[in-house]
Amino acid sequence: MQEILSTLPQVLLDGLTLGAIYAVVALGYTMVYGILELINFAHGEIFMAGAFIGTALLFGFVDIGLALNWVTLVLVLIFASLLTGVIGVGIERVAYRPLRTAPKLIPLISAVGISFILQDVVRFVAEYKTGNYIVTGQTIFENKIAIPAFSVGGYEVHASAIKSNTLIVIGIAVLIMIVLDIFVNRTKWGIAMRAVAQDRATAALMGINVNKVISLTFFIGSAIGGATGVLYAQQYATINPFIGFILGLKAFTAAVLGGIGNIRGAMFGGLLIGLLEVFAAANLGILTGGALGAEYKDVFAFIILILVLIFKPAGLFGQAVKEKV
Amino acid sequence: MKRNFLTILTAIGLVTTTVVGCSTDAGGNNTIKIATQSPLSGSSSTLGEAIKLGAQLALEENQEKFKKLGFTLELVPYDDQGDPKVGVANAQKLAADQSILGIVGHLNSGVAIPASSTYENNSIAMVSPANTAVELTEQGKKSVNRIVARDDFQGPAAYGFATDNLKAKNIFIIQDKSAYGQGLAENFKKVAEQKQAKISAYEAITVGEQDFNGVLNQVAAKKPDLIYFGGLYGEGGLLVKQAREKGLNMPVMGGDGFDSSDMVKIAGKGVKNTFYTSVAADISNTPEGQNFVKKYQAKFGEKKAVQSFSYYGYDSMGVILKGLEDSITKNGNKKPSREQVRDAIRAVQDYQGIATKVGFDAKGDNKYAKVFVFQFEDKYPGKQVGVIEKQ
Repeated sequence: MQEILSTLPQVLLDGLTLGAIYAVVALGYTMVYGILELINFAHGEIFMAGAFIGTALLFGFVDIGLALNWVTLVLVLIFASLLTGVIGVGIERVAYRPLRTAPKLIPLISAVGISFILQDVVRFVAEYKTGNYIVTGQTIFENKIAIPAFSVGGYEVHASAIKSNTLIVIGIAVLIMIVLDIFVNRTKWGIAMRAVAQDRATAALMGINVNKVISLTFFIGSAIGGATGVLYAQQYATINPFIGFILGLKAFTAAVLGGIGNIRGAMFGGLLIGLLEVFAAANLGILTGGALGAEYKDVFAFIILILVLIFKPAGLFGQAVKEKV
Repeated sequence: MKRNFLTILTAIGLVTTTVVGCSTDAGGNNTIKIATQSPLSGSSSTLGEAIKLGAQLALEENQEKFKKLGFTLELVPYDDQGDPKVGVANAQKLAADQSILGIVGHLNSGVAIPASSTYENNSIAMVSPANTAVELTEQGKKSVNRIVARDDFQGPAAYGFATDNLKAKNIFIIQDKSAYGQGLAENFKKVAEQKQAKISAYEAITVGEQDFNGVLNQVAAKKPDLIYFGGLYGEGGLLVKQAREKGLNMPVMGGDGFDSSDMVKIAGKGVKNTFYTSVAADISNTPEGQNFVKKYQAKFGEKKAVQSFSYYGYDSMGVILKGLEDSITKNGNKKPSREQVRDAIRAVQDYQGIATKVGFDAKGDNKYAKVFVFQFEDKYPGKQVGVIEKQ
């Protein structure tokens, strides 16, 4: 107990950081699923592309002698999200729109194909430019914030340190989530998106340009995915073309846990998976007396997922979908 | 049309093999050939070429001596492409050439193990400059020898250094669940348990993930004075970086999986207190080493950087030639048979090479093989800080 409590603040903070990243990536999955009932498996790779675009831009800024500070971070975030947004729209146009009337399995396969293409294009470019596909980028905020030791009710909490970048990741992720929530619920385009998600044919009859709304959804989902990629590259410094795979899988899981198609559900699911994962990695050994170690953290997280889905098959926030007639 | 093309290809293939076959059969009864087998193309060709060039240097330096004995020495380099299939095919080819009496190779244990069966069946002596896999010499083959240490000595060596030099009393072990990483970590753990050291935890991470904060929070709770990591530089570098960011500044130790310039790139400034064990020494600072570098670059050009495997290629060839010389003397200055050379090489007891002293035990392992400990400062490669000998 003492050991669990002594690292709890660190565990919560690390879990929140990882969870915030999962949550924003999960948004991309859930938005596309909500509107097209398509699992866009290429979304993890869009996130990865965002990380690489951001890193490349930062290298470019350093080359032309720009100082790395707040302004550069915001610039990089904007550029990277615009570019990944355009990539997302392009993927929809090329790989999904022609298959919109095909059986559901077909676009799923083309999504897997697109993710292989993105991985290998990025790997090729990175290797061509730097000689190695594992790239270590520039970190803008490197300073650490020390947290002194303190005790609560007789339990001692260790002194530790967090990176200032951690706070930035959490801050920007939360900001993205709030803005998106307002956009979807309060604006005209948001209403159009929800209408298309509910019933595409009727929405079209009501004068909504369905293709435009779908493109917009892909743009927004991919743009925030790309922005998260930039934050991720800042947080972990080293990236490779395959980071999108495992992370995408977990973000997708988060979307399912929250109820796929539900935006607030995806945010909550992401945070929950991140927290569970870090908590399990830090404490499974202690809880089981050393029988199960940190390597079972994913097993632990997925057992929780299965339990939730047994009792709430539509996910935590999902509503049972009525059969569309 | 397609069939015609194929026929032509096959014909060309046949002709080439015949020509190659002819050329290797040529040369009189007094020509002795030594082959090298290492990857000369592909991703590890830098290391494979280092082995070949090191061996070539040793052979050419000894040509005079053998001329006096009445023999012409010749080097036959083979490219195993780091591929077991190619390695075995090459082994069969060179077994057919009766003037080949010894082989320097391979770079990869995965290639050396299957190829060594062919060598054994044909009684050709093999001396490996690089293979560390335990099972290579465990099958009791008469023709298989190696001059580097085995994998199962890296763990004990690391433990010895950790407790003697780093004064570690409470060790946290992390591994990456791969065959390499887990093997390394378990070897380390076994020794630590025998010596009754305190292992505060034995944990694992997943290859391909990038966030190791969970397991590092556990490190923070257990407060060990050393982290031992079984795995490669990709995860190792991130682990070191994230540990330092959490203010965990204890030494981190790993195996030769850390031995890469990417380790420094990924871990950044945090790499300083990081150690790794390796079976290859860095002798570029010794007078013999510098002399070797001069000879090597005079011969092959300034652009060919000396790798540590260059020394080991050179020494492997040295051992083969020593055995060859012994067997020639024993045979009354006549050309020895493959069996005689094989037994003479196994009988080498104290050959002084430039990187290592060589003396083979009954299995063909080098009794004098050492494990070297390196410490990263802020650049690659690390500084050699310790040498651990077998007891």
